[in-house]
Amino acid sequence: MMPVLNQHIISLSCYHCGDQITDVPLLVDDKKFCCQGCKQVYQLLAENNLCSYYEIQETPGSSLKAPVSEVKFNFLDDEEIQAKLVQFKDSQVSNITFHIPTMHCSSCIWLLESLYKLEKSIVYSRVDFLKRQVSIQFNHNRCSLKKLVQLLASIGYEPALNMNDLEGKVKVASNNRLLYQLGVAGFCFGNIMLISFPEYFGLDEFSKSKFSPLFGYLNFALSLPTFLYSANDYFKSAYKSLSRKIINIDFPLALGILVMFVRSAYEVFTHQGIGFFDTLAGLVFFLLLGRWVQQRTIDTISFERDYKSYFPVAVAVLKENKETTVPVNQLKIGDRILIRSNEIIPADALLMAGDAKIDFSFVTGESKPVDKVLGEMVYAGGRQTAGNIELELIKPVSQSYLTQLWNASQFTKQLPSAIESFQTKVSRYFTFFLLAIALSSFVFWSLTDMSKAVNAFTAVLIIACPCALALSSPFALGNAMRLLGRAKFYIKGPEVVEKMAHIQHLVFDKTGTLTQDKNFEIEWHGPQLIAYQQQYILSACYQSVHPLSKKITAHFNQLNPIQTSTYFEIPGKGIEAFFGSVQVKVGSAAYLAIPVNQQIASVQTLVYVAIDNEVLGYFAVKNAYRDGLQLVIQNLSSAFDLSLLSGDNDAERNTLSKLFPASTTLSFNQSPADKMLYLDALKKQGIYIAMIGDGLNDAGALKVADVGISVSENAAHFSPASDAIMDASSFYKTAHFFAFAKKTLTVIHFSFVLSLLYNIVGLSFAVQGSLSPIIAAVLMPLSSITVILFTTTMTYFYAKKIGIANNL
Amino acid sequence: MEIMYFLIGCSLCMALCFLFAFVWSVKTGQLEDDYTPSVRMLFDDKPSSQKEE
Repeated sequence: MMPVLNQHIISLSCYHCGDQITDVPLLVDDKKFCCQGCKQVYQLLAENNLCSYYEIQETPGSSLKAPVSEVKFNFLDDEEIQAKLVQFKDSQVSNITFHIPTMHCSSCIWLLESLYKLEKSIVYSRVDFLKRQVSIQFNHNRCSLKKLVQLLASIGYEPALNMNDLEGKVKVASNNRLLYQLGVAGFCFGNIMLISFPEYFGLDEFSKSKFSPLFGYLNFALSLPTFLYSANDYFKSAYKSLSRKIINIDFPLALGILVMFVRSAYEVFTHQGIGFFDTLAGLVFFLLLGRWVQQRTIDTISFERDYKSYFPVAVAVLKENKETTVPVNQLKIGDRILIRSNEIIPADALLMAGDAKIDFSFVTGESKPVDKVLGEMVYAGGRQTAGNIELELIKPVSQSYLTQLWNASQFTKQLPSAIESFQTKVSRYFTFFLLAIALSSFVFWSLTDMSKAVNAFTAVLIIACPCALALSSPFALGNAMRLLGRAKFYIKGPEVVEKMAHIQHLVFDKTGTLTQDKNFEIEWHGPQLIAYQQQYILSACYQSVHPLSKKITAHFNQLNPIQTSTYFEIPGKGIEAFFGSVQVKVGSAAYLAIPVNQQIASVQTLVYVAIDNEVLGYFAVKNAYRDGLQLVIQNLSSAFDLSLLSGDNDAERNTLSKLFPASTTLSFNQSPADKMLYLDALKKQGIYIAMIGDGLNDAGALKVADVGISVSENAAHFSPASDAIMDASSFYKTAHFFAFAKKTLTVIHFSFVLSLLYNIVGLSFAVQGSLSPIIAAVLMPLSSITVILFTTTMTYFYAKKIGIANNL
Repeated sequence: MEIMYFLIGCSLCMALCFLFAFVWSVKTGQLEDDYTPSVRMLFDDKPSSQKEE
């Protein structure tokens, strides 16, 4: 039964963040806000004439329901930390670049670039939207770094600051060298073409004797930068792979380029012709173009992260009752640290004081907070959700449980996948085949005409240079990556698309992967409640702001609350309310002093209800399965074998066995190591596996799998190292993504056939020793452009047909 | 036909100018971010509203 939401509530959304307003809306200037945070941002912007923010895009803000703590950025006063974060500093100004994950629309760009209107000491701020970065220059004499960060946080753009920033400056990915190479190749290609045209269109005898040598020398001069500078990487790569006794695609390319250059130079200097300089420059230009397209796609999607990205930069250390801020990498055993609400515990420690409710979703995927008692061990990676706690460190950061899990051999070793790319496979055979044809035509002609033999030999190597083959993979895979990215399926590199096409077996994690973090199902266990009981429970819960109370309120949303006579709440325990003489208690088992059913309580949160001291039953709140899960499983089960590995106990076995086909292996109580072993065993059988998981407890398995996909509620937030990150909202399209990957590989196969056809035409001239420069000059660009157009349009076509995204 | 030498020289010089323009644009980072400027140019400045107050 779906709860029917009140229409009136649905129509109300916050003017700032667009979230639905469930409470009484806060009103300012006739605008409605969902919380104090949103309202404050609006007021700040309104005071500073920055309301264009709301005009460029509707509801551009990020929700500020969880206020940023005042002391959170105290560590930024530390000079050492400052020095590491700031990129440039003189006596007046500092330059700094922040990564801001919440940046998402053009309004964000506008506001972040208008920061100088909010804070006078900011000289300028400039946004790089695709990288989610803002570079700010500010006068540090008038505004501290801490104040700057606090300002950003207060308007909903809290920068992501983490340990990685401290260990090295954010490295500026430089593809400038490739751009220069591409520019030079383009310049040479254009000019050589221009100079070659007269020769192709025919010069009369007089002009020919006069200009032909000049054109030849000019072409030679122009091809030098291409040959020596632009094509440099191909020679290096070919040499490297040869010295490792592997033949990659760059070998036939480098060979073709070399032969083309030598033969053309020979022809020009002996006045035999004009050579193949235009083909050479064109070839290098197109190849670099392919490389550039590929690199750009990878640059826009970068998510090489490790545990350090998720640790705080610094924590508060208590020394003789005084609080000092210490960078995380300088923490020592025995330090007493203070962890505030929503902070992450940086190292394994003992709980010394405070009420610890720790969310280990980062480590286990389970978002239900775990209670810890004083003196108990608390592992690194947990996030405190209640008030302040004090911890005493028992291990340095680098030796914590979490860090060790991360540094396990499976992580540090680069595991070669058994799946070989199509290009690698083909180029091996292709090269031998090519050399065989070249040699046999040489032998054939050498019996009669030695010069024709050399001619035919070189012509074969020139015309069969696998340019189109080298282009088909980058363009098809690069485009596929981009299209999948639009469907919120972010892939680490083009090779992952190809691997996805070979996958036979899918392994799922349960919590956080198949279930939703934020969506809950609420279920009443106990005798049917009568109407007045329901109303009492609703009215009691209506008073409370606790998330569980709100869920119970939503559960009874068809009823109206009534006035309570007395009401009081013990935070984190439960509530008690009186309706006349009737007493209603709602809360945890401990609050109602009844024994807990451990088997159920470990996977669900239980809220017990008692009326007049008689326990009626409990509400079980558990994570709901993702929307469309049944359909996803159905679609996938026809094409793949499936497995499910869950870290939880088997309380959900019945529900899951209905969802999954009978052949599925369902395993429960799986530790991270168990998951890895399971995948290893499958791999040994030669099965290609994809693992779909989320928390760090899946990180090992994600790495072992041929393709590791991590599901993330928010792509900007944590997800363990993996080959791909899937936004949770796209989960229902999992089957589509795999189908699309398969089609992309088919496109590559077809484009290879196309390029082969061109090669056969070219070779038929070449083996006869009658390849004229003009044929090469026409065939090479023609085949390259055909392949580029074919792969791009076909990947688009399949993306549309399969329906991987609406916004193509 | 001697004019041909001059013309070829001219065309090469012009092409070289374009090459240097390209190198300069790469050097000054104009090709690093090709999305944000397209949004930035659409923002209106509103000096009038500030003067009113």
